Amino acid sequence: MELLAYGAFFLTIALTYAVISLGLNVQWGQTGLFNVGVAGFVGVGAYTSAVLTTPFDAARIGGFDLPILVGWGGAMLVAGTVAFAVGFLTLRMRSDYLAITTFGIAVALQLVFQNWETLTGGTFGMAFIPRPFAGLQSQPIVFNLANLGVTAAVVLAVYLLLEHLQRSPWGRTLRAVREDDVAARALGKSPTRIRLQAFALGGAIMGLAGAVQTHFIGFVAPGNFLPMMTFQVWAMLIVGGSGNNRGAILGAVLVWAIWALSGAAIAEVFPADQQARAASLQIVIIGVMLCLILLWRPQGILPERRPQSHRPKKEPAE
Amino acid sequence: MNPQAIVEGVIAGSTIGLGAIGLTLTYSILRFANFTHGDFLAWGAYFTLSIVGFLGGMLAGLGAPLKPFSFGLALPLSVLGGMVLTVLLALALDRVLFGRLRARGAETIIIVMASFGASMALRSLLEFIYTARPEYYTKALQIAQPIGFGMRATPDQLFVIGLTAVLVAGLHLMVTRSATGRAMRAVAENPALAGIYGIDVGQVIRVTWVIGAALACVAGVMAGLLVQIRPYMGFDLLLPLFAAAILGGIGSIPGAMLGGLIIGLSEAFAVQIIGAEWRAAVSFIILVLVLLLRPQGIFGRKVE
Repeated sequence: MELLAYGAFFLTIALTYAVISLGLNVQWGQTGLFNVGVAGFVGVGAYTSAVLTTPFDAARIGGFDLPILVGWGGAMLVAGTVAFAVGFLTLRMRSDYLAITTFGIAVALQLVFQNWETLTGGTFGMAFIPRPFAGLQSQPIVFNLANLGVTAAVVLAVYLLLEHLQRSPWGRTLRAVREDDVAARALGKSPTRIRLQAFALGGAIMGLAGAVQTHFIGFVAPGNFLPMMTFQVWAMLIVGGSGNNRGAILGAVLVWAIWALSGAAIAEVFPADQQARAASLQIVIIGVMLCLILLWRPQGILPERRPQSHRPKKEPAE
Repeated sequence: MNPQAIVEGVIAGSTIGLGAIGLTLTYSILRFANFTHGDFLAWGAYFTLSIVGFLGGMLAGLGAPLKPFSFGLALPLSVLGGMVLTVLLALALDRVLFGRLRARGAETIIIVMASFGASMALRSLLEFIYTARPEYYTKALQIAQPIGFGMRATPDQLFVIGLTAVLVAGLHLMVTRSATGRAMRAVAENPALAGIYGIDVGQVIRVTWVIGAALACVAGVMAGLLVQIRPYMGFDLLLPLFAAAILGGIGSIPGAMLGGLIIGLSEAFAVQIIGAEWRAAVSFIILVLVLLLRPQGIFGRKVE
């Protein structure tokens, strides 16, 4: 029974990562935009939702006590807007400027989380964030399973939305821009505009993931959004298969499992006083894995599928 | 305004500038934003620390401070060893990772991603080997001496500024005057064409790593000498390094140095005006301003 409760808890966290990974897949897998500040966008979503839904607190701005769903919506809106602003600034320039700027925005956002105490609660963060099905907390198994259901529903909804978009004319234009900028422009498409849309959409999904995760855990603190999170999500998408939405979900569950197992193994092997330092080996494992995949199987476990046109073959291509 | 901020800024700027030179060279010649560069600084600092410990164990006399500095002869000797090891680390990483991706014709952004993964792994490995506890090259305390205009500096700080000036001037002469420097500029301009003209592109790439990693080691040791040595020191310097390289103009050595000084001074003044907790945001704000107003940087030409 305890195992079932832990399994549900593990999967819920893994699935919140799957949502982030799906968001990154829109930016990187579909569009080829390298975002090194994933944790920052997730954090913006988490904090936005926390400010909107927590009960009133005289020491802080916010505390609007709004429903959780409003928090989720607000998280998407604000994270999407931040992504739009970053994209607007950098998408016209060479591709690695986006990498550097997103790295910078994550550093800057981390400072805001830590230092703007009247909004974010500073280093200690915010507690009393409403949890879905809070009434069931006395029964951990039911509570965890109900939350797993909610998170799985979010993953499914995002997945279906992205699959639909991928097959739509918009998704085709996106891939056209990724594959051949000049040809897409010759067909009258604006690469910068469509990249910007994709980057903002990906950011909004990451914000949603942050909100979902924060409401499940019940508190938010700057330490949850360190560069390590960015790095884990990248490993998830690359391992699973960038460009493939199912790969993004599979990679999230798989890498999160490797993370949890390697953590447990280190706790088993190293004596108590060495564990803080040995925990850094977990990151080494993921880092080496990321590099090996890039070298040997860059397409990941589930490679990108080329969607086939549903029209009969005789018809000329568009 | 406290004039002491100028001293602090120039010193921090020297470290950032030296680190940014290596970054800007690899950026223009190997054509990718190398996220492991910050970790070269940290590894260089720790390599040097280990050699200092090793030498100190063998010959006690080497550790005795050379007046008026806080460090003994062991430190400069160890830096040379640290530079060699950092260079070997960079060349090894290029051999097993970046070089293979280049040979496969991987996109730039894939190489950037690989450098991001390698940087996480290198930093955590450092934390595993040396633990997260801060280390110091010397426990000696130094008194800051007045140097005029109401400013004070320790002999170590003045030494760092002087050494930076010598290194930058020497490197600038080498790149602008020597055959190797010409070859480097040719490869930065157009690697394929440079190859056709008989330039050994592989050799130029190795020279670039040698210069970049050696300077990274010196910058890391300086940061360690003036502040402290931590596994995350390179990561914390990464954003200032990128901001300095872009502000100066990618590929420009004087630009990277000037960019480093501007960032160091801005940080020092920001600490006085808005507070130390926002220091790390200064580089980001400068980076955004440069991208908005002059994306090619101070000395850069327009990038595509």
